[in-house]
Amino acid sequence: MSVTREQVIDFIYDEARMLDEGRYTEWLALWLPDGHYWMPLDYQQTDPLNVTSLMYEDLFMLKLRVERLNGARTFSQKPKSRCHHVLQRPFVDEMNGDSFVTTTFMHYVETRLDEQQLLALTAKHDLALVDGSLRIANKRVDIVNCDAAFRNIQLLP
Amino acid sequence: MGKYSGNPAAAAALFEGHQVHRDVYIDPEVFRLEMKHVFANAWVFVGHESQTPQKGDYFATSIGDQPVIQVRHSTGDIHVLYNRCPHKGTKIVIDRQGNTGKFFRCPYHAWSFKTDGCLLAIPLKKGYADTGLDQTESARGMKAVGAVRNYRGFIFARLAEEGISFEDFFGDSLSSLDNMVDRSPAGRLEVAGPPLRYMHHCNWKMLVENQTDTCHPMVAHESSAGTAVKLYEELNLPEDAPKPPAMEIIAPFMSPYEFFENMGIRTWPNGHGHTGVNHSIHSNYSRIPGYFEKMVESYGEEKAKAILDENRHNTVYFPNIMIKGPIQQLRIFIPLAANKTLVESYIYRLVDAPDELTARTAMYNRMINAPTSIVGHDDLEMYERAQEGLEADGLEWVNIQRLRTGEEDFSEEVVENGTTERQMRNQFDAWARFMTWDTPAREAAE
Repeated sequence: MSVTREQVIDFIYDEARMLDEGRYTEWLALWLPDGHYWMPLDYQQTDPLNVTSLMYEDLFMLKLRVERLNGARTFSQKPKSRCHHVLQRPFVDEMNGDSFVTTTFMHYVETRLDEQQLLALTAKHDLALVDGSLRIANKRVDIVNCDAAFRNIQLLP
Repeated sequence: MGKYSGNPAAAAALFEGHQVHRDVYIDPEVFRLEMKHVFANAWVFVGHESQTPQKGDYFATSIGDQPVIQVRHSTGDIHVLYNRCPHKGTKIVIDRQGNTGKFFRCPYHAWSFKTDGCLLAIPLKKGYADTGLDQTESARGMKAVGAVRNYRGFIFARLAEEGISFEDFFGDSLSSLDNMVDRSPAGRLEVAGPPLRYMHHCNWKMLVENQTDTCHPMVAHESSAGTAVKLYEELNLPEDAPKPPAMEIIAPFMSPYEFFENMGIRTWPNGHGHTGVNHSIHSNYSRIPGYFEKMVESYGEEKAKAILDENRHNTVYFPNIMIKGPIQQLRIFIPLAANKTLVESYIYRLVDAPDELTARTAMYNRMINAPTSIVGHDDLEMYERAQEGLEADGLEWVNIQRLRTGEEDFSEEVVENGTTERQMRNQFDAWARFMTWDTPAREAAE
């Protein structure tokens, strides 16, 4: 079985919608076990390991992050944050058999209490077709002002 | 004008040994006095020499609220200059780092300065003939800070021309910096990438105090560290399966009170101190293959063991940095306003050590201290709730008397139970003394 360009693009939209609607169980199920969510700290950073990143998280960390959001004593989520993605149509940069690379420009809004912040970002997805389903092999999110001093970013851009 | 303007003694009186008045955290006048007196008279961290490795390299930062430039001069030594043109006040550099070549050139009127600050040239200089410019401060070039010291690669500066010496200020507390640097088989560190930059809407001292607050991790971080432990247990992995890296880094935050009581706290004079005298959350990190052998090669087995057996947790250098020797991290709490602090978290590479150590350090930095870090979220929430709560008029004092049973002498080094708040009191003792360091009352008394 194969997927169309349209299906790859829909996948990116669906993922963003899951995050905005807080459907984290579904979202975690999109990931392949060895995947990493990488958010570089530096502009055009090439090394995720030996310099600091904002995030470079394996599935355990992502599960922990999601699980924590609902914890009884997660005080920074009382009240909860909300987020909102606005996507440009994703570019499908590569389609090689069962693997796909997309680049998507997004605006991301996160809000809690009286604060709201807007981040402009570029998401690069490595996707793989496994047992007939598209899955996330890796995801890289570059924030355009990655070197700025940020307030909390508590949800997933 | 309020209660404190021009009256540092009134501010210093806000520390009463067992308690401190809320105005030290929320009053803008007290903040102004801190910048004028505490940050001017203390030795404050500027940067690491590896941030300016080549001649002409500069790094722009601040000492308290003062914009400064750390620059490598043509002679190879490092100077710290105020980031201000002596002509009209324009900031000379605006990017965080770069190379200026042989001289700085102000972008406004092209006055130029050697990299030690000396005036080099002024365009159309004849316009200043017979004006007496050479008698002014402007003609002396970019002003240097009062004193600079490069200690094993770490650059510290004192803004005041006169004052306490570097050695007297730090004393034996330098053993923590020594241990961090000694962990490199070459005895040298290099900065690894840019720092995390995290904006806090709270007073800078709350962050400094939190570094030795050992009664908060199991409470405030239950949401992150407690959840990590729970998730790991649910995975039911076999004993010999490798632990997720998050467990090594985050789970120790959930250690029980006894762990923190027994770790011990040491205080040194002038507001410095550290947690983790006997052990710490960094004690049980996995061994990195090849590292110990490299250390033995450099230092011999006995000294290598002694260096690596130190597992100091957080060392606070008054007024506003914390270092973690075992993972080569430095955090600076840059005061922007009474209720606003920029936290920058740097990491360093141990020269000649395996890369895996740098990778662990980078992992710690992003997991614990990033604006995206769940542990960071836990802490920031508490600081900002405190900053807002302190506005409540019903109570005016903040309690800092845990394990204080009488008058304390902060001029001596002591080791106490790891849950004492003595280090917080030690910081306020130094704060009050440096607040009044250069006031007429002090000069009269001496």
